[in-house]
Parts: sequence; structure tokens; C-alpha cells
Amino acid sequence: MNFKFVLRIISYILLIEAALMVPSVGIALYQQEWNALYGFCVTYAILFLCVGLLFIITKNYQRGHFFAREGLVTTGLTWIVMSAIGCLPFVFSNEIPHFVDAMFEMVSGFTTTGSSILLNVEEMSYSLLFWRSFSHWVGGMGILVFLLAIVSVGGKNGGFTMHIMRAESPGPASGKIVPKMKDTAKITYSIYAALTVIDVLLLIVIGKMPVFDAVCIAFGTAGTGGFGVKADSMASYSHAAINITTVFMLLFSVNFSVYFLILTGKAKEALKDEEFICFISVVFLAIVGLFATALPFYKQYGDCLRDAAFTVGTIISTTGYATTDYNQWPSMAHTIVLLCMFAGACAGSTGGGFKQVRLVILWKTLRRNVHKFLHPSEVRVIEYNNRPMPESIVNNISSYLIVYVFLIMASTFLISVDGFDFETNFSAVMATVNNIGPGLSLVGPVSNFASFSMFSKIILTFDMLAGRLEIMPILILFSKSTWKRAR
Amino acid sequence: MKIIIAGAGKVGKTLTKELSADGYEITLIDKNPIVLETISNRYDVITYEGNAATVETLEEAGINETDVFIAATSADEVNVLACMTARALNKDVHVIARVRDPEYVSGLLKLSDHFHLSLVINPEREAAIEIASLLKLPEFNKVEHFSKSRAEIAELRIESTSRIKDIRLADLHKRVQAQVLISAILRDGKIILPDGNTVLKENDRLYITGTDQELHALLNNIGVVKKPVGHVLIAGGSRIAYYLAKSLEESGIRSTIIEQDEETCTMLAGLLPKATIIHGDASDHSVLDSEDLEDYDAFVSLTGIDEINMVSSIMARQKKIPTVVTKLGRGRINALTDLLDLGSVISPKDLVSMHIVRYVRAIQNKQGAALTIHRIAEDRVDASEFRVDETTKHLGIPLKDLHIKKNILINSIARGNLFQIPNGDSTLEKGDIIVILSDETTTIHQINDIFED
Repeated sequence: MNFKFVLRIISYILLIEAALMVPSVGIALYQQEWNALYGFCVTYAILFLCVGLLFIITKNYQRGHFFAREGLVTTGLTWIVMSAIGCLPFVFSNEIPHFVDAMFEMVSGFTTTGSSILLNVEEMSYSLLFWRSFSHWVGGMGILVFLLAIVSVGGKNGGFTMHIMRAESPGPASGKIVPKMKDTAKITYSIYAALTVIDVLLLIVIGKMPVFDAVCIAFGTAGTGGFGVKADSMASYSHAAINITTVFMLLFSVNFSVYFLILTGKAKEALKDEEFICFISVVFLAIVGLFATALPFYKQYGDCLRDAAFTVGTIISTTGYATTDYNQWPSMAHTIVLLCMFAGACAGSTGGGFKQVRLVILWKTLRRNVHKFLHPSEVRVIEYNNRPMPESIVNNISSYLIVYVFLIMASTFLISVDGFDFETNFSAVMATVNNIGPGLSLVGPVSNFASFSMFSKIILTFDMLAGRLEIMPILILFSKSTWKRAR
Repeated sequence: MKIIIAGAGKVGKTLTKELSADGYEITLIDKNPIVLETISNRYDVITYEGNAATVETLEEAGINETDVFIAATSADEVNVLACMTARALNKDVHVIARVRDPEYVSGLLKLSDHFHLSLVINPEREAAIEIASLLKLPEFNKVEHFSKSRAEIAELRIESTSRIKDIRLADLHKRVQAQVLISAILRDGKIILPDGNTVLKENDRLYITGTDQELHALLNNIGVVKKPVGHVLIAGGSRIAYYLAKSLEESGIRSTIIEQDEETCTMLAGLLPKATIIHGDASDHSVLDSEDLEDYDAFVSLTGIDEINMVSSIMARQKKIPTVVTKLGRGRINALTDLLDLGSVISPKDLVSMHIVRYVRAIQNKQGAALTIHRIAEDRVDASEFRVDETTKHLGIPLKDLHIKKNILINSIARGNLFQIPNGDSTLEKGDIIVILSDETTTIHQINDIFED
């Protein structure tokens, strides 16, 4: 294991995090929020101390030895360290005094979950609200991918950076869109940034939102996070703003390679993508289903359609904003919401969840295996986008489903010690593992996670990280063989 | 610049490594997804699974935006077809085909304009040419020729009986009285860039720069002259063996080929009427003994299996055959091959890759590209030959006043017919041909890359 290089990458990430905190510090100065400013200053001191120590430790690092194991460990450690440092401003400014609470909030930010333990967001200072929302934007595309975009981490023969990208990007088979890793990362980040800017402008001009709110909401939308700046999340904004957000939440849950294909004039190919078609169909069906079940609660079709579309958008993109309390809707609506939670967004997007591509392939595997019962010696290859899917990826997806189900069952069991009802516990786990935010019942869109015990919060924090990084990079940190030296 | 490489075999892999390290955007096509997976984990490239001779695969891999297409799959026919398809899809692409079958090569070289092939590469023939040139200078393990200047870099291993063993470099000139430069020393797997205080040790491998005459003078003065090669024993009747025997025949050197496969023997016997073809197993003691191995001047192992080549070469060295050449298809296994006494080591894939890398670099910077590039010292040092022209900076200023990057050595300067080993007072003048050594840390694309400023 090449610890020195892993730690060196982490120290680079901390430097980037320091740079990312600068805008929040600016806001603290502008708004004269001295407590928040104090929090940031102490955090900077700790951060630079850590970086200094790491640089001394990793003085004579070597790049060569870097394989899947190093990639996974780098990613897992990076996300934990980054969250642990990122939550310090909340602790030192005394706005979220307890470290576990602050860590929950920050992990929720970076993993673009959007679950909150804050009882009233409107009491928070602007700078910390901004930092909270900005963390969604940073976490959405992945901070290591950002690092890959700005420096040549790998040096001359930098192929091993694939291991980092694979560990951080969601989806069963992440690949590059152009030969150079740096260019790939740059292109995805450019598309991401451009879409975000368009969203901000539309929210301000058409949605008539205040600039601060528009920027924060756009960050939450882009990263499919879900931290709002108002107590009622999105409900009090204009209808236009809500509709714009619905559209952008869905846009950000589409695989970014689709946009790259469209930009390079291959729109036809892009629209034929099986995952994209599946995603569109699921969204459409879910909206129709929710619209039909929620209709008795509305006087006007338009209002019902807007809320149904927004709810589907917010859940399936795993964002987690709310315009309405879907807890009030009938249980069929709850089921649709839970199914959307499970399905999630497309691979290669900023959204979380199980990912549409996995569902498509699982469905095909199921059909094949049923067929195989009738023709036991049949040989059939699973095709995806008119290409045979390697059997290894098919198997990986099946085993991912198993780990995923185990994680949800274990976590639901562990947090049930707090004594809440099953719907609350199960949906809380679903909402955190899939990086959505709100669940059902006591953790529904108008409530929050504050009532859970510290123990449960730690479990849910773990779930958020595991969900964002698709379990393995976090899980292997707890595996003995990761740290053992081969003798 | 965008490059597509078709075929992730030995040559494809080496090319991927070299060219991606040079910073080009590489797309690699192969039929085997497992091979592609391992490569994309090691090098910064994008990969496509498929048959590179089909329109679909080439379009998907982006042939339209590609500058160079290199076909290096295992099948000659596929390579040529892939090149023609690529060329048909994109008129501006440079296409390079690897063709190995002697039956095709001569024809394709004639028709290469017709097929728009920019370069037809034949690893076996390149290897044969390289081996033939070694056999003509048997004292050295390896000799690198530079096309324009008269410089050569020769590799010399210091034997236990050598007269220059345990000598300080500063004292060397008095001893050998030849105008040569010890450019680099490979000792225990490490590169040493020597100065006057360096002491030569047994088993050091010296990389010596000089002209042909000066190198011969050196050999004469230190007494390691071998008698010219008259009869070569070749183990393995591969394509290289055919090309080699053919080329040796032209210089009047006789060859004997030992080949296991009877059909191949018959074929070779037909193609090479002057050579002796023996049907037998080259790794078998008794076969080599019955051919009186020790009577040959040189032994070349060219079977398809590296291990057999290594073993039979070691056997030949023990029989005190003065010149031994070993072909290693997988390339050197650096430190390991150094431990074994294999004589000169030849790796066709490395030769071909260097040839293509040189060609690609030349396309990239039409002006100021290296005339030749050689890899010496276990591929750890690049020796590149450049022409000094009016765009070169710092003309006419003594080298001692220039800021030249670390780990760069100006190895030789050729001005007209005058060849010199540079010292602090030497200058660069327009029209000079210079050879520059650089280690792994720096890639020199143009002459001006050697200056700090």
C-alpha cells in the first residue's frame, strides 16, 4: 500500500478545500458574522497544520505503486477527512456545537444528501448556510475528480488515476469520455458549471428569487443535494422558481456523457441511450402515478401537477427539496416515493440512489435467468446499448444489490434502538443511503433528523458516505486485508 | 495530437506507454476487454473494444478527429485493411501499418503510396538489421548509430580481465589515447553520469560516444579486439532468422539455423540456399554439441520463447563464444537480464516502438524534431540527435555560460566533417548536428527544451 502517495493526495484535497471556503469567509466578512468568521479562522489554522504535517510525512512520496486498493482507500479517506475538516466552522462558530451533529450536517452536504439536524435553518448565519449549500456543489461531481481536472496527479504515466475516478464516480462502469483524464474531468466540470450558472440566472430572472437564495438553491439542485435556506425548503418560492428547479433537478440526474455527446453533435446517439430512455419513462410514470393519487387533495389540476412533478424530480434525482408535505398523501403515494428513492438517478450524474443503469441490467439478467429455467443449456449475452455487457459487470451489479440490501437492513436494525416507528427508520435509512434527504413519517419533508440519538446519527452519517461512494470505498476501510502488509 | 492504436499486443502496449508519456491523446482498440482493462488502469488512455478494421469501431473511436492511426494487431491482413479503412474515413490521417510476413513486405513497400501508407513497419526486419550491425562490430554489446552526425554510442561491458578496470576516468585518456566520451555508466541497475573521479569497476556497462575510428582505436588500445564474425549459429528459424541470414549472406557471413519444425526448415532451406538449416531442438545440449557450438564466432538465439533464448545464450557464453545476441520478445526485464550473461539483448517491440515514436514526434513538430532517437542504458536514457538551426537559442555562446537543465548532457557536436566531444568552451553553431542525452525525468522534443530559460 502506497500510504505516502495516498496521504499526499489527501493533503492536496485539503488545500483545495481551503480554497473552497474562501467565498464563505467573504460572505462572513460582508455580513459581519463574527462568530462564523472565528469558526472559519480556527478551521483554517487546523487545516494548515494538518497539511503541513502531511507534507512532512509524505516528503519522499512515490507515484508508481497505485492500484485499485489505493484508489478505493484514497477516495474513502478523502471524503471522511474532508467532511471532518469541513464541519469544524459549524462547531467553532457554535452554530452546531456538537461535533457529531456538525459532522452529520457536513457529510450530508458533501454526499449531496440534504438531510439536516437543524431545527430552524433561518437562524443560521449566511456564510455557514452558503458553505452548507456549496458543499453540495463540490460533492456532487466529486472533489477528487476536481483535483484530477486541475493538476496532473498521475505524472507522465498517469493511467492509475482511473482507480480514483472509478472509486469516486457513481455507476457500475465509469469510463473516460476523452483519452486524457485531465480533459475528461475538465469537460465534465465545465458542463456542470455551465448548467449551474444557467440555473442561477433563470432562478433570479424568471423565478424572481433573491440572489443569495438563488445561488444556494442552484448549488443544491446541481449537486442534487437539497439543503435549502428557508424553513419550508422551496414552498414559499414562486411557481416559476419551483418549475425551473424541477427541470434542473432532472437535468442534473442525467449521465453527463449524454451532454457531451450532444455537444459533440451526436445527439441521436445520446437520445438512444438505454439508461436515459429508462430514466425518462420512470419519471413520466411516477409523475402520472403521483398526480392521480394526490389529485383529491388539490382544487386545481395545475397545482397538483406541479407538486407531483416536483416531488418526483426531487426524490428520483435524490435532491430532497420539498414544496409540499407528501406525508399527507395516501399510502400509494408513499410507495411511489419509496420506489423512486430506490431507483435513483442515472450513473455518471450528480444524483444518488441505486442508479437506473443497474436496474436496467438487473431486469435483463432476471429475464435471462427465467428463460434459462426453460432452456437450461442456453447461452445468452446481456446486451446494453447494443453492446454485449461483460459478465463481470453483470455479476458486480448483482453483488452490489446484495451489499446494498444488507447495508439498509443492518442500518434500519441499528437505528431502531431509538424506538421510532418502522416507516421512519426504514425511510430514514433509505433517504441517507440513497443521498436523498427527507424520508417519510417523522423524517418527512417538513421534519428533520434532530430527534435521533448520537448513535443513530453516526450510523446514518456512515450510510450517507457509503451511499455516495457506492459502499465499497467506505466498506474496505474497515477490512483487515486493506491495511495488512502482504508478506 | 490524437492517435489511435489498433491492437494491444506487445508493440501496441509499448507504443501506448511511450506515446501517452509524451502527452498525446491515445485511443486504443482491441478485441480483448481484459487486456484493455489492465492497460487503461496503467496508462492515461481511452479504450474501445472491437475490430479495428471495421467502419463502426473506427468511427466510434473517433477516426475523424485523429491525426495518426497505427495498426499493430497480430494479423498483417487486418493491419493493412484497418489502415485502408481508416484512410478512407479520414483523408488527413497518417497511417502506419505493422506488416511482418516477408511475402507481403516487399510488395507493400512498393505499393505504400498507392495504399497511402505513411510507414510500413516490420519488427522482425528491424531486429534483423540491428543484429546484423552488432555482428559486424562484435566487441560491443550494442551500438547506436546516429544518421546525420558521425557519432555512435557503443555499450561496453567491463570484463574481469579488462585493462581499464579500476581506472579513474580522469586517467583514462592517457591510457586509451582516443577521443571518446564515457557518457553514462550502468552499475548494479543504477545510472551513473560520470565525472573525472568516477572509477570504472568490473561488470560496469559503459556507454561510450565517439566516431567509428575513435571507438576502434579505443578497442585496440585496451586490447579487446575480436576477430571478425565469419560464421553465425542461429537458434530458431523465426522470421528474424530469415531476414538476418539473408542480410549476413550479403556481407559474406555464413549462417547455420537450428529449427524445431520440419516444415519451417524446408521453407527456410528453399529461401536461403546458402545457409545450413538443421532440424533439431535448439535448447537441447546434444544438438548444439553435435554442431560444434564452440567453433562459431557468434551465437544468436531467436526462438519464439524468451526463456529458451536466455538458457541457450547462457550456454553459448559458457562455451566461450565471443559474440552472443539474445532476442527477448517481452523486452528486457531490467535488473534481471543484467544479472545474466546474455551478451547483447534485442527486443523487436522496443525497436519498432522507438521507430514509430520518432515518426510521430516528427509529425508533431515538423521543424526542430529529433533526427534520430535511441534508448540506451536499459531504456533509461534517451539519446536524441538534433540539427541546430537559426531558431535555436544561445548560438555561439560557450556552453559553460549557458543554463542547461539538470540531467541533460550535450554528448557530441558534429560540424561539417569535424566531430568533437564538447567541453565548456564549445559553442553551438547553425548547421551543427548534436546528440543530447536525457534521463527519464525530461523529454526533449526540441533543441530549445534543453535550456533552463
